[in-house]
Amino acid sequence: MKTYPLITEILQIVAVLILAPIFIGWIRMVKCWLQGRTSAGLFQPLRDIIKLFYKEVVLAENASWIFRFTPYLVFGVSVLAAAIIPILSTDLSLALTADAIVLVALFAIARFFTALAGMDIGTAFGGMGSSREMMIASLSEPAMLMAIFTVSLVAQSTSLAQIALVIGHGPFILRPSLAFALLAFVLIAIAENGRIPVDNPATHLELTMIHEAMILEYSGRHLALIEWASMMKLFLFASLGIVAFFPWGIGEGSLKDIPIAFVLLIAKLFIAGIVLVLIETGLAKMRIFRVPEFLGSAFLFATLGMLSYFILE
Amino acid sequence: MEKCWQEKGNYHTCYSGAINTNRHKIKMEFSPIILSSLSLLSLLFAAIVVPLVISSQRLLIAISFSLTAVASLLAVAAGCWVVGSGLINKLILPLGLPNLPFHLRLDPLSGFFLTVIGLLGFFVSIYSIGYVKGFLGKRSVTPLVIFYSLFMASMFLVVLADDAFFFLISWEVMALASYFLVMFEDEKTENRRAAFLYLVVAHVGAIAILLSFGVMAGLATGFETFNGYTFDAMREAKFSSGWATVAFFLAFFGFAAKAGVVPLHVWLPEAHPVAPSNVSALMSGVMLKTAIYGIIRITFDLIHVFPWWWGAIVLFLGLISTVMGVLYALMQHDLKRLLAYHSVENIGIILIGIGLAMIFTSFNLPILAALALIAGLYHTLNHAMFKGLLFMGAGAVLHATKERNMEEMGGLIHKMPWTAALFLIGCISISALPPFNGFVSEWLTFQAFLLTPALPNALLNLLIPLGAALLALAAALAAACFVKAYGVTFLGHWRGHHNPPSAPPFMKGGKGGVEVDWFMRIGMILPAIACLGLGVFPTFFIQWMDIIPEQLLGSKIAASAGAFGWMWLTPVSHERASYSGFIVFLGILSVVAVVYLLLHTRRTAVRRAPIWDCGFGKLTNRMQYTATSFSMPIRRIFGFLFNIKEQVRITPPVPPFNKGGGGGLHYHLRVRDRFWNLFYQPVADASFWVSRQFGRLQQGRIHIYLVYSFITIIVLLVFLR
Repeated sequence: MKTYPLITEILQIVAVLILAPIFIGWIRMVKCWLQGRTSAGLFQPLRDIIKLFYKEVVLAENASWIFRFTPYLVFGVSVLAAAIIPILSTDLSLALTADAIVLVALFAIARFFTALAGMDIGTAFGGMGSSREMMIASLSEPAMLMAIFTVSLVAQSTSLAQIALVIGHGPFILRPSLAFALLAFVLIAIAENGRIPVDNPATHLELTMIHEAMILEYSGRHLALIEWASMMKLFLFASLGIVAFFPWGIGEGSLKDIPIAFVLLIAKLFIAGIVLVLIETGLAKMRIFRVPEFLGSAFLFATLGMLSYFILE
Repeated sequence: MEKCWQEKGNYHTCYSGAINTNRHKIKMEFSPIILSSLSLLSLLFAAIVVPLVISSQRLLIAISFSLTAVASLLAVAAGCWVVGSGLINKLILPLGLPNLPFHLRLDPLSGFFLTVIGLLGFFVSIYSIGYVKGFLGKRSVTPLVIFYSLFMASMFLVVLADDAFFFLISWEVMALASYFLVMFEDEKTENRRAAFLYLVVAHVGAIAILLSFGVMAGLATGFETFNGYTFDAMREAKFSSGWATVAFFLAFFGFAAKAGVVPLHVWLPEAHPVAPSNVSALMSGVMLKTAIYGIIRITFDLIHVFPWWWGAIVLFLGLISTVMGVLYALMQHDLKRLLAYHSVENIGIILIGIGLAMIFTSFNLPILAALALIAGLYHTLNHAMFKGLLFMGAGAVLHATKERNMEEMGGLIHKMPWTAALFLIGCISISALPPFNGFVSEWLTFQAFLLTPALPNALLNLLIPLGAALLALAAALAAACFVKAYGVTFLGHWRGHHNPPSAPPFMKGGKGGVEVDWFMRIGMILPAIACLGLGVFPTFFIQWMDIIPEQLLGSKIAASAGAFGWMWLTPVSHERASYSGFIVFLGILSVVAVVYLLLHTRRTAVRRAPIWDCGFGKLTNRMQYTATSFSMPIRRIFGFLFNIKEQVRITPPVPPFNKGGGGGLHYHLRVRDRFWNLFYQPVADASFWVSRQFGRLQQGRIHIYLVYSFITIIVLLVFLR
């Protein structure tokens, strides 16, 4: 076994684990600036996680092993996903483990268990969150697949490393198919990560909660793991977008690439954070039954991307 | 042996084992087909001799289900052997009509289905030893035992039969045996009605299959002789495209009726839930697969040259079944009915694979066709495992709670830890989540979809990807449905009006548990292991079954699928797509373990507390989310597909208000299958109308009947002189 892929693999996992809370911190910071508030700093989410790890766990009386197992599983899935997506380098020892479709399914298994955990304690909130989350997921999945389909038409592959290589090395042309796919992907990423306008991660108002409703009963280290995993999920979706649409600069075969890749990654995430904040501050949260239209348009964009590939390219 | 299958007609030169041209002197060499015959004989023994000899019901259950388990294992051995070696075994039985003996043939395709049926048959037989005991003292289990064994034997015979007569006889025995099994608890009107509907649909389908074989046999050797009735004759025949189309669509209609393809699915959610759960597991898990077998056999083996639009129709119906099946499943609150609708969905997924394989074949892309066919076959095997497991789990719940309505359940994970854990594995597998088996086959189907841009047809290029999106929708909805099914049944608090089940009347188990006995547990543990194994080591199984597309389509995928070692599944090439269930499983497991250990290095407090009730006082169990409320968002979005009647009735409060006199809200919801009114009600009405018209002939007076006879004789004399 070669050492290079292994080293980058480890570097990448560590980078994701640490950068994910900082990325959230960055998003919150920009949001604060835009809304004229003072921010708590870049490292506040990281401090929150550490604080939660030291807190006592309060379990509902009725909680079964599923409730206790879910945080570990969700975290495990996120770490595995962090090991698979070519964030710093396309040459990872686990890169072959999953292609884009498997990756979507990995997030699906985390969601499946989170939804079960929401049902486990037997409160109305948990059930409501699970029900809505699964509804949104089932509408975003076809759009996601369509976006993958479009990208795979261009790259002739669903393997993420291959997509990054093909698109990164190809001539720099504006492909309408990829532009549509990117638009679809952004909408999907917003829905999947429970951001405004689909869900509001900062709310605890009963009627607007989706993701928060499912994890309402979590506390202590369980909550820390879940929060950390959901930060990683946002980070990973951002990197997924980078891999598929802006892969320039991702390292390939040597350790020398890594520092450049790292700097470029930070720069890209810097922009991604600002774009996300602009979307979130510009829009109001929509009614739950408007979400199908939102995701329907994502599906439409992805389909348009596929059609424009066949017609224009 | 490699050459053997190419010379389809000329099998005398290349047999190994029991085929002998002289059917009166079958050389008893040990071969897969002898093994499967042994299995059949033991099933017939279990069906006919054992119930006559043994009078104790308890002993009868133990002995006959052990026998069926052994018989199933024999069938699995035969099937694995034949798939592994690629042999084609033939046997001509000295039975049947004069000059029309029965032919048996065991080739890898039959062997594969034999394995699937046998494997689930084995698990369900073990389970049955425990499950059927639940009927002791209530009714005689003898009919259950007899028809169960006959049912298994007929399923084996369907995939072994090598001529139209024998196939149809086995098909009929299968339909009748399962009819009696559905009717087992015949005091319930619901069961009788479901069984009758099943019988009608099964026979309409059987007529279509009979006609299809008639067309093919007639075209093979001409309508004057009967020699065309063997599959060999049909294989060699060249059909004109028009007649081939007729034969194919007749057969497809017949098999689709059996498989529960939308819109022929209406019998399925009626019949499967009312049968005893072990039978439901077999019916859903493997009986439907005999129809898949029939479709593959007729399309790829007997007709083998076809235009692409046949495949497009199969694909289209597969997609419709997939999406409609899962959407209807979401609307159910009867656990077994929900599972039955999921069989419609999964049959749809299998048909998607077959349809894609047909399209690829007709455009002469055999490697892609092999990939799609493997995806379909792998899903066949996977569905047998997880659907069997889920029905057995539902049976265990039914056994313990006497309840099929999920709205009356909840919190069973505390009462039935084993069943809950095993049912969860089934739920994950059917929801196509890695690293379990359902995901592998759906992933392969997606890969087949992603390769359709290779087709030289612009229309298909544009439309087929939408099919992939529909499959993604169905997969995500299935996950939603199983979160609902599992969450409402096993999680939360007990929702029922009556008390939750406690230790008696069923089974001991400490702490008020109602866990089922070990036979039932083992019957569920084994398919759960199979689900994991098939998900984690797919390359082994794909290499094993690769002989089937090689024989049917002349191409295989193993060379590329396993090119990167057993850990990685790379259906086309590793640059195209790859998946490693093993690493996903191991990766998640190790991160979970490491994180768990890291967090438990120091003692951390875990405090149990009541749930937060927002300060409003006592929460009741009836305030939990129910199956109906869980699926409400989806019901609202896809409502136009259903026939929904929603009523809210408000009863005004009557004094005194404080003591139960407060008004109530009554919510009624009825979701019905639109297809019933669309297709079936008119047919039912028409047939009632016709029978009423015929009923006028019956006057009940003898002299009128004499006039009828007289007129008949006159007519016959005039016309048939």
